[in-house]
Amino acid sequence: MQIDYHAILPALILSGTILVVLVTDLFLPQRHKSASMWVALFGVLATLVAVLSLVGQGDRSTFGGSYVVDAFTIVFQTFFMSAAAVVLLISYRYFRDGGFYQGEYYFLLLTSFLGCLLMPASRDLLMLFLALELVSAPGFLMAAFRKADVKGNEGGLKFFLIGVLSTAVMLYGMSLIYGLTGHLQLNEVAAGLDALTGAKQTLANAAILFVVAGFAFKVSAVPFQFWAPDTYEGAPVPVAAFLGVASNTAGFAGLLQLMFVAFVGAYTFWVPIFFALSLVTMSLGNLVALQQRQVVRLLSYSGIAQAGYILLPFALVTEDPAINHSAFQAAVTYLLIYGIMNIGAFAVTTAVSRRHPRLQIEDFRGLMRTAPLLATAMTVFMVSLAGVPPTGGFWAKLLIFQAGIQRGGIGVVLAVAMVINSVISVGYYFLIPRAMIFEEGEDPSPLRSPTLVTAVVAVAMVALLVIFVVPNAIYRLGEVSSLAFGG
Amino acid sequence: MTWQNSAITITTLLPLVGALAILFVPSAQDRLVKGIGIAVTGVCLVLAIAIAATYDYGTSGLQFVLNTSWIPVINARYHVGIDGISMPLYVLTFAMGFLCAVYTWRFVPEPGRVKAFVALTLLLITGMAGTFISFDLILFFVFWELVLVPMYFLIGVWGSANRQYASIKFFLYTLFGSVFMLLGFLALYFNSPVDPATGKHTFDIVALTAWGGAGTTHLFQLVAFGGIALGFAVKVPMWPFHTWLPDAHTEAPTIGSVLLAAIMLKMGTYGFIRIALPILPDGAVSYAPWIGALAAIAIVYAALCCLAQKDLKRLIAFSSVGHMGFVMLGIATLTTIGIQAAIFGMVAHGVITGMLFFCVGSIYDRYHTRQIADIGGGMSQIMPKMAGIFAFVAIASLGLPGLAGFWGEVMALLGSFSPNTSAVAGLNVGLFRTFMVLGGIGTILTAGYFLWMLQRVNMGLAPDRWKDHGFRDILSVEWVSWAPLLAAILVLGLIPSIVLNSTEQGVNAIVRIFGG
Repeated sequence: MQIDYHAILPALILSGTILVVLVTDLFLPQRHKSASMWVALFGVLATLVAVLSLVGQGDRSTFGGSYVVDAFTIVFQTFFMSAAAVVLLISYRYFRDGGFYQGEYYFLLLTSFLGCLLMPASRDLLMLFLALELVSAPGFLMAAFRKADVKGNEGGLKFFLIGVLSTAVMLYGMSLIYGLTGHLQLNEVAAGLDALTGAKQTLANAAILFVVAGFAFKVSAVPFQFWAPDTYEGAPVPVAAFLGVASNTAGFAGLLQLMFVAFVGAYTFWVPIFFALSLVTMSLGNLVALQQRQVVRLLSYSGIAQAGYILLPFALVTEDPAINHSAFQAAVTYLLIYGIMNIGAFAVTTAVSRRHPRLQIEDFRGLMRTAPLLATAMTVFMVSLAGVPPTGGFWAKLLIFQAGIQRGGIGVVLAVAMVINSVISVGYYFLIPRAMIFEEGEDPSPLRSPTLVTAVVAVAMVALLVIFVVPNAIYRLGEVSSLAFGG
Repeated sequence: MTWQNSAITITTLLPLVGALAILFVPSAQDRLVKGIGIAVTGVCLVLAIAIAATYDYGTSGLQFVLNTSWIPVINARYHVGIDGISMPLYVLTFAMGFLCAVYTWRFVPEPGRVKAFVALTLLLITGMAGTFISFDLILFFVFWELVLVPMYFLIGVWGSANRQYASIKFFLYTLFGSVFMLLGFLALYFNSPVDPATGKHTFDIVALTAWGGAGTTHLFQLVAFGGIALGFAVKVPMWPFHTWLPDAHTEAPTIGSVLLAAIMLKMGTYGFIRIALPILPDGAVSYAPWIGALAAIAIVYAALCCLAQKDLKRLIAFSSVGHMGFVMLGIATLTTIGIQAAIFGMVAHGVITGMLFFCVGSIYDRYHTRQIADIGGGMSQIMPKMAGIFAFVAIASLGLPGLAGFWGEVMALLGSFSPNTSAVAGLNVGLFRTFMVLGGIGTILTAGYFLWMLQRVNMGLAPDRWKDHGFRDILSVEWVSWAPLLAAILVLGLIPSIVLNSTEQGVNAIVRIFGG
């Protein structure tokens, strides 16, 4: 079998970096352990270059169609490697100053990102499963990295137990689908499922349900969301950022391929499920978020609500390819913009955690005086998460509304539910700007933020404002990233 | 780029540029920041006047058009232009913006932070002005929402005691309305005709107006008009969606109240005239009696509320609800005279109520209270000029003939005497005459509460506690920022055709849709 090494070059580079990080850490003296970050960052940037070198080369497929590089893959791989760079940058001082095992952490983080990198390129069930596990398994360890903290242990264990359970259920579903259709590749699975009738079809539907449940856990959709707030709160803040941004998006990247390709024929069965998932997830996430006073927990519930918004386009699938394309595009665009604002919010939280490790909302009081740049940026992130101009978050929401209205019927119902939820979400998103700007803190001395974190925050803020003015570029990314299939 | 196609873009975005420039000024340089604010808004005003002066009033339709690609993926375009209906509101926006910037030279509310205050005000001006020139629904919506965040912070940071509650209430209320408006816009998009050139539907307001909802079901028109009107109605605000307004106005800093009253409320009524009526005429006809009824209720209800107010600023805020009721009543008649009345009423209310909020702000600056009972009367003794101006503006607001407030109200009442009864509109004359009677009662009550207010504030003997306070009567900065408004109140009252001639062509075109 001919292997397209250029197509898998990004994965090769990242894998190599992972090994280098692991080995060099053994030889680094204790005070220079933090150098692992720079090795990791260099590898991630090299991977990014490799990904970008695939732009404009046409769709490529290798390993018999199991690994495909198309626009969808490139867009998401670029996103994941950028996210990796950002998470590394905000981790640097946190882990160096916090007395953590650094080499091990960067090794685990990059391994998770390797899973993220493989996810959008994976076009068969087995690859998807491997990618998902590669994302999750190091995550269980990283979530519990604050070893001395009871909450960290609790969160990590919850994450592990629920994660393993849902993985088992998903794998069971995948094995049923393989048994029923005899195929692993997504487009062959789709054809195989279409041919089923009677009891086999019912069994296939049950299998789809199992697989969806596994991914629903990954993206913290209700009722599989219980782990998220505890895990986020207990984890180091940069790890929470990883879970909220990269791991979550990887789950969606996989889910998009499954629902819009492999299982699309059975949409009459699963569209109502996604309707309910989306509705309940966004509403419950928002309502519970209103009660939160700890910022990481607030962001985790916000993430649940946002997952509800991103699940919405799945419920719009019909027989009309135009509507499916709009829905797909809306979901992809939302993921990209959401990633930027969410990681920005986590970056600011990381900076604030240096002075206020408990990260209550009151801890943000007076931030406009003590750290004007961070406070301004955080305000932009919160306004953007709420989906209000003048920020990029508005355009993310607009596409989903638009797809909903285009679909008509249940699409309109969901769009109305989403706009009401968006208004509710202002109630908690604005708690943070209110504390930062309207109230005064106890300590008026300037809050010093690590340079790397400040840089990340500034870039994310500017990106959201630029996207607001010229949204077409990011809309184009969403538009082109339809899935191509080799084989 | 020529003057014709770039003038309004430059004028509208200049405040935004000014706001960005201010970010780079060291925060100690307060006077420089204020100076930039005055200079930028001053240049904008000059440009706006130049646009008004070079506009050709003889023809209908848009002028100063710039229609260029913006977001091709969803076929949203950067389509701006100006017509006779937009013109008075556009000029008013920059006039009020400039006067507010001048006022800020002397009066920056607690807690200072001049940079942020001026920058947010400039951002607000761009948002408001942009709303009046956008001819693409998405662009319109973006400008529409752009005002929310700056106003939220203006109220929340520089407001009075209950500011946090008022600011979030303002934000949530208006956002709630406008998200439904957005869904309505999207529904319009997917029902609009496909442009053969691009193969896509359109957000273009001119194209949508030409389409006029043709071929859509009555139910669609009802639902779409309902969603869109909800957004506008909250902004106006129409009774019963008005409850955010007294809080926002009362807590906002003076220039926040001025801009809110003078410009921002007009965005809602402008939206009705520009978007809701011409694009969804069938829906408009069905809703007109209801809008008229809510307007009549608003007029009477607001007047009764005013009679009960103890807080001077809150009283003025409630009076806005009543005045906007007259504007909405005029719109609901679907007649030329009614819609003309509405636009004139918008401008007049902007000038008069904006001026009233200036007065109340300056009165508060002297007394440090807004409670009518605490002021205790006798302002004519302590500050005769201030009292004189306050009386002049209050009397203009109650609709004295010869001053600006008169025309909008009387024409709205005339319009509801003979609403549009053409085959298309077919409004019920009896019903609208009932609204007229209610409106008439409202004007009497309005006169009542304003005169009673003047009696309690201006007349009588000043309480001893204020006598020796040495309040300074009107300051020069106040003269500068108020004199144009006082002149405008008089000029608009004497020569209403300044506005009416500008809007005539546009209004006729809209009323023609309704067979008028």
